[in-house]
Amino acid sequence: MIKKDVSSVQEALRDVKDHMVLMVGGFGLCGIPENAISELVRLNIKELTCISNNAGVDDFGLGLLLQNRQIKKMIASYVGENEEFERQMLSGELEVELIPQGTLAERCRAAQAGFPAFYTPAGYGTEVSEGKEVREFNGKMYVLEHAFQADFAFVKAWKGDAAGNLVFKGTARNFNPVMCGAARITVAEVEELVPLGSLDPNHIHIPGIFVQRIFQGEHYEKRIEQRTVRQKV
Amino acid sequence: MLDKIGIAKRLAKELKDGYYVNLGIGIPTLVANYVPKGMAVEFQSENGVLGMGPFPYEGEEDADIINAGKQTITTLPGASFFDSALSFSMIRGKHVDLTILGAMEVAENGDIANWKIPGKMVKGMGGAMDLVASAENIIVAMMHTNKEGESKLLKRCTLPLTGVGCIKKVVTNLAVLEITDRGFKLLERAPEVSIEAIKNATEGTLIVEGVIPEITV
Repeated sequence: MIKKDVSSVQEALRDVKDHMVLMVGGFGLCGIPENAISELVRLNIKELTCISNNAGVDDFGLGLLLQNRQIKKMIASYVGENEEFERQMLSGELEVELIPQGTLAERCRAAQAGFPAFYTPAGYGTEVSEGKEVREFNGKMYVLEHAFQADFAFVKAWKGDAAGNLVFKGTARNFNPVMCGAARITVAEVEELVPLGSLDPNHIHIPGIFVQRIFQGEHYEKRIEQRTVRQKV
Repeated sequence: MLDKIGIAKRLAKELKDGYYVNLGIGIPTLVANYVPKGMAVEFQSENGVLGMGPFPYEGEEDADIINAGKQTITTLPGASFFDSALSFSMIRGKHVDLTILGAMEVAENGDIANWKIPGKMVKGMGGAMDLVASAENIIVAMMHTNKEGESKLLKRCTLPLTGVGCIKKVVTNLAVLEITDRGFKLLERAPEVSIEAIKNATEGTLIVEGVIPEITV
């Protein structure tokens, strides 16, 4: 089998540079590649364009990169829980492109799947469709959206093996599968790197062909944004 | 007047057996607490879960199982997890039967604005644009007026739009209204709320025909 496991996050991010376009998995703080984000902060790589559904919170997730002024442009669908983000955006320090969540997912998947563009009904008639080609199909209007072009995709999975196969857990899956293979280089960090052959081929969510580097992650905080419980009656 | 719980209870009356339902953040999420006994409904959350259950008990929270509002949840027997592209296939491909979401403004032509106040609040649209562009059955749940006492049911939206001509029904703390080609048609009024009060709180065209029953929850 082709082996793509690397020994550390440092090895996995060795050639990430300023000005690159990065895809980052996760929804809120759920399923974010915590180790890759820490390494990006440590490396102090700047002028980044980040494609991710959210921007973390002020002191965790992509919020750490924002705090450190490493991001020049953010492409996301919802950035509500991050005050530093809103401040940087409203002041003009940070360029922001807000796009519909379904479109964000599909622009990643289109890149993974080799489609240059696709039509979607989302955003037609709103500022999202301004300046874009629109077309009618069967009496309904659609907007033309293009596949992303990114340098690196950083994803987080529950389990993986040296062949790059990935299995996700719960809602930590979200954008991670559609970002695999959607950038020039996909780096996957996993909670558990298991021996080759121990993952049932029937239960693999992302085949290793879409992953270029995989490493065993560590010290996952897995922060909960809104701890919400119900009372025992 | 209804409070948030009252609005949620009234919205729950729109659920039908066998419905797949998407609930937006805010008031809509409360609807999941009032599913009529014996009714089979599955709640879909855009971040990749179908078959959402109630919030977990203290100590049983799982960081890997959250809803679209980033709250910890549980799942019911028969639930499934999937990625964001598949999630929006469910939404965009019209597999979800009912969508309930909040709004800042709804216009009498069915336009909705719920994602941006230029220069002040630019949190982003999340999945809202996909939901309103695709769903056939969309209900807005919101307060009838904003914090400044201004009407949120308008002739035309003033804020950046989320979708055009897509809203069919609105449930507020004052009333239940249907959007028709003549304007907002009043269907029900909240307990102790007069038609006059609803008229004063509605900037858009309000159509009042016949006896308007009280909302019962």
